[in-house]
Amino acid sequence: MAVLVFAETAKNSFKKTALEAVTYGAKAAASLGTECIALVIGDADNPAQLGAYGASKVLHVGGVAAFDSQVYATAVAEAAKQTGASLVVMSHSSTGKSILGRIGVKLDAGTVPGVNSLPSGSAGSMTFGKPVFSGKAFAQVEVSSPIAVVSVMGNTLPPENTGGDAPVEAVSYTLPAAKIRVKSVERVEGITPLPEAELVVSAGRGVKDPGNWGIIEQLADTLHATTACSRPVADAGWRPHHEHVGQTGVAIRPNLYIAIGISGAIQHLAGVNNSKTIVVINKDPEAPFFKAADYGVVGDLFDVVPKLTEAIQKYQAQH
Amino acid sequence: MKILVCISKVPDTTAKISFTDNNTAFNTSGVQFIMNPYDEWYALVRAVELTEDGKGETTVINVGPAANDAIIRKGLAIGADKAVRVDAEPKSTHQVAEEIANYAKDKGFDLILTGKETIDYNGSELGAMVAEMLDQPYVSYATHMEVEGTTASIKRDIEGGVELLEVDLPAVVSAAKGMAEQRIPNMRGIMMAKRKPLETVPASAGAEHVAVKSYELPAAKGSVNLIDAENMDELVRLLHEEAKVI
Ligand SMILES: Cc1cc2nc3c(=O)[nH]c(=O)nc-3n(C[C@H](O)[C@H](O)[C@H](O)COP(=O)(O)OP(=O)(O)OC[C@H]3O[C@@H](n4cnc5c(N)ncnc54)[C@H](O)[C@@H]3O)c2cc1C
Ligand SMILES: Nc1ncnc2c1ncn2[C@@H]1O[C@H](COP(=O)(O)O)[C@@H](O)[C@H]1O
Repeated sequence: MAVLVFAETAKNSFKKTALEAVTYGAKAAASLGTECIALVIGDADNPAQLGAYGASKVLHVGGVAAFDSQVYATAVAEAAKQTGASLVVMSHSSTGKSILGRIGVKLDAGTVPGVNSLPSGSAGSMTFGKPVFSGKAFAQVEVSSPIAVVSVMGNTLPPENTGGDAPVEAVSYTLPAAKIRVKSVERVEGITPLPEAELVVSAGRGVKDPGNWGIIEQLADTLHATTACSRPVADAGWRPHHEHVGQTGVAIRPNLYIAIGISGAIQHLAGVNNSKTIVVINKDPEAPFFKAADYGVVGDLFDVVPKLTEAIQKYQAQH
Repeated sequence: MKILVCISKVPDTTAKISFTDNNTAFNTSGVQFIMNPYDEWYALVRAVELTEDGKGETTVINVGPAANDAIIRKGLAIGADKAVRVDAEPKSTHQVAEEIANYAKDKGFDLILTGKETIDYNGSELGAMVAEMLDQPYVSYATHMEVEGTTASIKRDIEGGVELLEVDLPAVVSAAKGMAEQRIPNMRGIMMAKRKPLETVPASAGAEHVAVKSYELPAAKGSVNLIDAENMDELVRLLHEEAKVI
């Protein structure tokens, strides 16, 4: 028995969500009375550092280049068999979602995508919490197979660095040939991607014109927050599609969500209402978003947002 | 080119979410059901675009009870050529995937398309399962797709960026926003849908492995703390000291 965590990398370094997954795996292993083993695929800087997040050992599969779900899923399933894992953990990221189901089929195991709580019970009957109905409810899902395969929602547990390295063991498995050829990867540099962001500044149709986005970006820059938007704003091409949050966009759960000039339609709320703290800025005191907010400011965004940016700058200068 | 589009039935996006039977079942009373938006707006429309030259064929498949025929007909009205319903009550994604893979395995589909996720279970896992069962490549979150011969060129969303790739067909692809533009079925489509074949096939009883034991609603928010628009220092103080988020 063991807990196996696939720790994802981007450009050779571990993503924050990977460190969260290792922390999750270590805590789950402690409650199941077993060890947490990390698996790293492809080039990675300093895999031993995963020891600091609770891995007792790191298995490293070298020589794998671009992502291909068949190749990665085979490596994870082989590692799970080799370590006798009863729980396999990964991030609920674009990579995790591409392989979770494959691994479940390979291991003939139950899968739970997007868990947001540690397991209860033991192998053969492990139960996990997960958001359903686009964040409007939660479900307890029981896995009845001897192995459970789960992906962990971002911001479920903060990564806990307790120091120390883990031994790294190079492993090699017979992997299938990739049928996917990655031509290029374009990354937006410097900002935290929305699903991983802890602070999000989001704006809607109330901003009226794409030319007015400067004040929204200034607030986001000041906070080092990621920007998001409502669906009509993305549909109109004012903002890129990947910023669209909500039921039919990206579902997020940051620590802070600031909604500016967004009415709070049920489909918008569905993707953001698991945020820890919600601030709403809207000139209409009747806007439905206020019912879902922790803090609200009734006022004209063109007046309030620059003032808020200024107040944050003042606070930052003092701290 | 032969394309299979997996369509699922979900509660309308404005449906009130509540539970019955001691929080073990979704309360369907008064709830309208729709085709999952990603399946309809993106996967199905792109399949229809790729096959409406007459050289290809789009089949929609749903695993579900007879009550799902209405959304399946909508798929035909949007432009699918034929439909299949596997007569089973979906209990887990693994089971649904086995039914779809079992149906598809000897039909020679070049592409199997799914939505990026269902808006009720938010699994985002079915496509990968079907691909594994059929030993095919799988590409998730495609926002753009062109097909040339036996190769698909795809743009997909990854965290903080976009990946451009090529994949050999047959393959399974999940569709996200950008792949196509929503189509509203017109009168002619609706009339034609009535004459298109909708075949029902028996279930093969796949393994379930997981079961939802209970549901709960999020804790209700307390009432909002309104801050004066002239006093943003106070809001910053509260975010720091009370909410502890900055
Ligand atoms: C099937 C379906 C799925 C959908 N999925 C999504 C989704 O995923 N995400 C999403 O966001 N929407 C989604 N929608 C759309 C949703 O129903 C709303 O139409 C949308 O969220 C409204 O966007 P908004 O709040 O930006 O615009 P509006 O509803 O137009 O609201 C603008 C707000 O700005 C305020 N405002 C205006 N001027 C100012 C000012 N000067 N200062 C301060 N406040 C001001 C107004 O009071 C108003 O509350 C979906 C709809 C459907 C039917
Ligand atoms: N019962 C079903 N019948 C057919 N296709 C389905 C069914 N359930 C899910 N799907 C497809 O699988 C996709 C992903 O579902 P999920 O993994 O549940 O998020 C959906 O967007 C549909 O395309």
